[in-house]
Amino acid sequence: MVREETASPSVAIEVNNLSFYYGASQALFDISISIPERQVTALIGPSGCGKSTFLRTLNRMNDIIDGTKVEGDILINKANIYRDKIDVVNLRKRVGMVFQKSNPFPKSIFENIAYGPRIHGIKDKEKLGELVKQSLQQAGLWEEVKDRLDNNAVGLSGGQQQRLCIARALAVQPEILLMDEPASALDPKSTARVEELIDELKTKYTIVIVTHNMQQAARVSDRTAFFYEGRLVEFGKTNRLFTNPKEKQTEDYITGRFG
Amino acid sequence: MNRQLKETITIQLLRFTTYAIVCVVGYILLDIIRHGLPVLNWAFLSEMPRRGGSEGGILPAIVGTLYLTLGTVAIALPVGIGTAIYLSEYAAPGRLTETIRLAITTLAGVPSIVFGLFGLGLFVLFCQFGPSLLAGSLTLACMVLPIIIVTSEESLRAVPQAFREASLALGATKWQAIRTAVLPYSLAGIITGAILGIGRAAGETAPILLTVAAFFLPRLPASIFDQVMALPYHLYILATQHPDTTKVLPLQYGTALALLTMVLGLSLGAILVRVHFRRKYQW
Repeated sequence: MVREETASPSVAIEVNNLSFYYGASQALFDISISIPERQVTALIGPSGCGKSTFLRTLNRMNDIIDGTKVEGDILINKANIYRDKIDVVNLRKRVGMVFQKSNPFPKSIFENIAYGPRIHGIKDKEKLGELVKQSLQQAGLWEEVKDRLDNNAVGLSGGQQQRLCIARALAVQPEILLMDEPASALDPKSTARVEELIDELKTKYTIVIVTHNMQQAARVSDRTAFFYEGRLVEFGKTNRLFTNPKEKQTEDYITGRFG
Repeated sequence: MNRQLKETITIQLLRFTTYAIVCVVGYILLDIIRHGLPVLNWAFLSEMPRRGGSEGGILPAIVGTLYLTLGTVAIALPVGIGTAIYLSEYAAPGRLTETIRLAITTLAGVPSIVFGLFGLGLFVLFCQFGPSLLAGSLTLACMVLPIIIVTSEESLRAVPQAFREASLALGATKWQAIRTAVLPYSLAGIITGAILGIGRAAGETAPILLTVAAFFLPRLPASIFDQVMALPYHLYILATQHPDTTKVLPLQYGTALALLTMVLGLSLGAILVRVHFRRKYQW
């Protein structure tokens, strides 16, 4: 079992013996991991290793796929998000998600950010305006868009769209932010901007990020988990894992021997 | 024969069939306009018919068809959209869903006179609505439902999955996600279905023959339980049941042109709404 070696900060997400199935095929095997609070945890591994599937179990986004099955426990705030009578809607409000491909709604920038608060019942214009401003500021987008909040979000550049999606996720005031390769479709400059943002956000949020890019994992994360063929091979402090991997498979992967 | 020649012949053949269709439609339109336009004046459109339709105008038939069409869309659109949402967003793939789909496809292939008999049996007699606007609209609604369901479902499926995921990931319930992140972006397609439905509902004769249409009723309907005259049925009467069909030939053309213009007008209205939604929710 792979546990973090040194005294850990408090745990945001506790995963015990998690297995996951798409129909008859098993995608995750007996994963146990403790994700620390207000740190960035990177999930790395070759394509199809289950890292995205794992990420999506954390806010139960896999529920929307027919025929999936979960075994094991995931505890967030001591509550088992699969077993107890957890309100999925409420869970997803607390565990936000940013997708690989930026997916703004084809509406105004303002309406995109206000979307989440609105569906949670906030109607007060002033409050919405405040939330929109605050979220855009947190996502480092406010200065760029404050004069054109009514413009369609689809007109923004790819990097801006992704930061808009981050702002949209922040607007419902989550505790945890899941990011599924948030920079894989961006140019290097926009990627750097998103990475900076992740660094700023970790003071307030627990962040779990899936990335294909090992340099990115090394740059942004405090801890790294290496997945291979649906199994968690190694989990540890990012520095240690990249400089002194304990497992042979980890070493092979990070030195570029496969994947 | 070399390949180059085959290619040319094929293209010309395909072009010919396409143009031939345009020619047929064009001829029908021109013929109706040429003969109908001289008859079409304000008096013809705004007066009651006299002497069994031999003289006077066609106002009750225009109003009847207008009410029938609007009634049909008002009934079929909510039911059709509801079914489409269920099939596209909720129904788990399986035997039941396949059966429902098969039923819808079959419904689309049922001849319209069968719908007429069905409407007569269910709405006119069993529900005791009598021959009425209500019974006619319900019957026509059954007939256009498949069109509306199929086009609506297609346009719902065309909305990117990413919109649904974005909405759900923000903590929306499934219905919230559908209402705010899926439906608005499929409205343009749904309205296309409504346009097709309007065209069929306004033009059909057989379903209304047994459920609502009056042979000669020179007054406007006062309630949904009244019978009405309708343009297609009026046209049918003038063309086949009138004692002197050649004498009323101009009136037939006038009625046909009025019907065409009305369907075109209603469709145009729906197209404008569609353009509006396309602009508003571009993706």
